[in-house]
Order: sequence, then C-alpha cells, then structure tokens
Amino acid sequence: MSAYDKVLAARSTKKPTSMDYIHNLFGDTFIELHGDRNFADDKAMVGGVGMLNDIPVTVIGLEKGRNTFERMERNFGAAHPEGYRKALRLMKQAEKFHRPVLCFVDTSGAFCGIGAEERGQGHAIATNLMEMMALKTPVLSIFIGEGGSGGAIALAVADEVWMMENAVYSVISPEGCASILWKDSSKAAEAAECLKMTAKDLFELGVIERILREPEAGNQKMFESLKLLICRTFEKNLSIPGDELAQMRYKRFRKIGAQE
Amino acid sequence: MDLFAFIKPKNELEQQGEEPVTKKRTPYVPDEMWTKCPECGTLLLTTDIEENLQVCSKCNHHFRLSARKRIEIIADKDSFVEMDSEFMSTNIIDFPGYDDKLKKGREKSGENESVICGECLIRGIKTVIISMNAEFMMGSMGTVTGDKITRAFEYATEKGLPVVAFTVSGGARMQEGILSLMQMAKTSGAVKQHSDAGLLYITVLTDPTSGGVTASFAMEGDIILAEPKALIAFAGPRVIEQTIRQKLPRDFQTAEFLQDKGFVDKVVDRRYLKDTIGHLLKIHNYEEVEPDERV
Repeated sequence: MSAYDKVLAARSTKKPTSMDYIHNLFGDTFIELHGDRNFADDKAMVGGVGMLNDIPVTVIGLEKGRNTFERMERNFGAAHPEGYRKALRLMKQAEKFHRPVLCFVDTSGAFCGIGAEERGQGHAIATNLMEMMALKTPVLSIFIGEGGSGGAIALAVADEVWMMENAVYSVISPEGCASILWKDSSKAAEAAECLKMTAKDLFELGVIERILREPEAGNQKMFESLKLLICRTFEKNLSIPGDELAQMRYKRFRKIGAQE
Repeated sequence: MDLFAFIKPKNELEQQGEEPVTKKRTPYVPDEMWTKCPECGTLLLTTDIEENLQVCSKCNHHFRLSARKRIEIIADKDSFVEMDSEFMSTNIIDFPGYDDKLKKGREKSGENESVICGECLIRGIKTVIISMNAEFMMGSMGTVTGDKITRAFEYATEKGLPVVAFTVSGGARMQEGILSLMQMAKTSGAVKQHSDAGLLYITVLTDPTSGGVTASFAMEGDIILAEPKALIAFAGPRVIEQTIRQKLPRDFQTAEFLQDKGFVDKVVDRRYLKDTIGHLLKIHNYEEVEPDERV
C-alpha cells in the first residue's frame, strides 16, 4: 500500500468510528456526557465514562458519524472550539477522580469557519495541549483513521500514542501540502509520501509507541485484544504517581527534535 | 512617473525640449529612500519610518519588523544576550526542496532560524525574550524553532524569569512533517511548567500569527497583547473562504476583532509597547536589576 492508499483507507467510511470502538470496548457500561459548560455540545466530539474490564475510564473521541445523516450532524468529525473544551472538561474530571483517559482520534482537522475562529479555535487547542501535558492521570491516545494536524494533536498529548496500521497522522493534508508546494492538489499522492504520515513512518520517527493490526473492519477479536492491551497499559500507568507521569509525558515530547 | 516631475518647475531650456540644466543640481534620490505605505498610500521617507518604529506617521499602519529590530526596540540598549543562535535546521525527513528553502530563508533574513531567543533587560527588568522572524520561511515552526522556544522557557523557569514572546508565523513547518506538529505540544509543555512555577508570560501577537503557533504558545500567555490590525488566526482567511465559500468580513481575524471576541487582552500601538510591557512586569513584582549588576 502506498502512503496515499493509506490516506484513502484512513478516510474510508467503512472503517469503525470512535463510537464503534467505544461500544465494542465498553459495551453497556458507557455513559455519554455532553457539553463544554460554556457554549454548546459539539457532536463531532463524543465523551463519557465507562468500565474497561474493572477499570473506570474516561473516554473521548472525535466522531465522524456512520451514515450520511450522522456525518452531517457530526460535522464530519471536524470539531469546533467547544468540542475541544468539552474534551478538556472531561479530562479534568478524570484527573479529579484519578481515572485514566482514553482518546480516539479520527478527524481531517479542527473545523475552519467563522464561528470556530470567533470562539477561539487556536486558543482551545493551545489550552488542551498545555493542560494535557500536566494531567496527573494516565492518558492514552489511539489514532483509528485520520489524524489531521492541530485538531488531532489536541487529543494526543498522551503517555503513549498508538495507531491502527491504516491510520495516518500529519501536520497538513496531502492535498493541502500539494496545493501549497506545487500549486496542484492532484499531486496529493506525492505529497503523502513526502510528509511521512503512515503509522510505520511515525513509528520510525519515534512519534508513536505502537502500531495495531487491523484484520478487518469491526472484527470482534481485534476489539478484545485491544481492550486487553489498553487495560494493561492503564494498570501500569495508574501505579505511577501523577506528577511523575506528567513529567514523563513532557519528556516524551521534549526529546522530539531536541538539539544537541 | 518621477515624483519630482510634478514639483519642479520647467526652466526655459526644458520648455524648448532640451536637457534641463537644473537636473545636474537635483540630488539623486534612490528608490529605497522612500517607502509607500500599503494602507494609506502615503510616500514616506524610509528614515522617518525607521525613527517612528516602522509605523506610518499618517495612518498608523504597522510595518512588519524583523526579529532583530523587534529586540532592538524592546530590549534596553546593549542588554540582549542571545541563546542557541548556532542551532540550524536540517532536512530531517528528506523533504523535496527544503534544503533550498532553508538556504533562501537564511540569506533573506541573515539568521539561522525563524526565531531568536535570549535574555535581556526591559526597563531594567531581566526578561527572557522570544522574537520570531517572518523573513525566515514566514516564521514557520520547525523542530529547531520549537526546541529553541522550549529551551528559552526552561531557562526562564530555572532562573525565575518572566518571558515575553513576539509571534509572527504561518504555522507549523510542513517540510518537517509530523515532527514540526510535535513542537506545538513540546512548547506548550514548557509554557505550562513556566506557568506552574508562578512566572509571568506575556505574548505579543504581530502580523500575521496563525496556524500551529496560534494553536500553541501564542495563545498561552497570561497576558496576550497584539499590534493594531495584525492578522491573528487559526485557519487563514483564504482557507476559510475556500471551506465555507463565502467572502469574509473586512476586519475578521484582526487584532481588534480578537479583542472584541475576548481572545486578546489589549491591542497596543508599537510605540507604547515597551512602556506597556515594562509596566506589566513591574505590576507582577519583578524588580529592576541594580545598575552595577548590568552587563
């Protein structure tokens, strides 16, 4: 598969969305919690609490929707500032009760529009980056589809970042990159190669910790083994004092691109 | 058309179509002596603009400043000591054409990177200063940019110093792929540690500040100032117009617009910026360094 094939696979509407992951991992224990307590409830960002085996977990995900109607309602997974603020509210709540935070990332990017700018999209993302870095509870982020730039990293300041083998994560979309560099968005396939945005590339660059096999969409066994892996990671990280965990998280990012 | 053609009266010889005698006495006026204000169109003497801190004396338009010039007008005379100036970006993910872009950026700006960091005095108060450079690849944030900023914050945290950052940037540098995106998290982490240590961080958003820089350390200041009319955005106006297929209102994403929406504390004219920052530092109990301790 070429890099651009991976991009197309990551965007495929047949892929399980965050909601699919949440239902498969948490079953009936999941309770959705809405709203940012400031402006609105952003449906591109879902969040709530549930049990992962015997661990209470706060789970947050960027949700694209599973059919046309849902996708419109969820703005195709492009969150507004209130979405990021809702995510942060739930993370702070998790910290208070020392619950681990599980994030699913699947977005083409934070929404670009008048309302998003008026309500401080940049500010919302910046605040998430800053606060997540100091969160005194375990954080794990899993990229299940598209990981578009600032809108993705705002849910990925984590102790560990994992990616499904057909997920992508990039500073800019290959189309955007091609149109800026070569004034030709049809050269997206070339740009995708250059940007090093596949799970394998990112693993080699030291940006992610784990690549997860994707046997086929919605495979029950995949969810079972994923659940086990997540639980093991949370158990390990829950035993580390919060301050230390936050310090380790900072070091994780601190070393990326460090000079000397 | 030559401007002096309007002013200078024609002498007799000229009227007869011959070479004017007075031309020899007309002083040579090089083009760079004049700068046209892009806002009001007034022709201004370049030296006058310089004296006025690169602000149009007619309409208050703020011309862009280089990172060095910025430090020159904010830091007390001869007080600036640069940090990590030797750090140079390399083409870490073998991105086509990046080496060439870096070379051009260095030539155009005369600097090694898109940001200058260091320590200085502002109204006698020791401060860490971060100044971005639009002349270097539009101030984009690569790994070296991110690392220099992170190190500046870590230094300030260690020494208990306030930080003042002047931002101008097109965002994360796509030629470094995901590694440049990671700098958003890294710089934010460094800001957070500085903040948790109870230290003051002032950001001054200048034209233009956008993308990954807006969505990280630019918006994380305790106090966020901005220069008049500066474009401040997460997504640039062109991207938004393409997305929503609508023309945007004229003052959308200006500093004044952001102040109105509650995301900028105060829009400050460049000529009052040093006073404002100095005053804010004092209000936060930072003390002036004794004159004999100054280098």
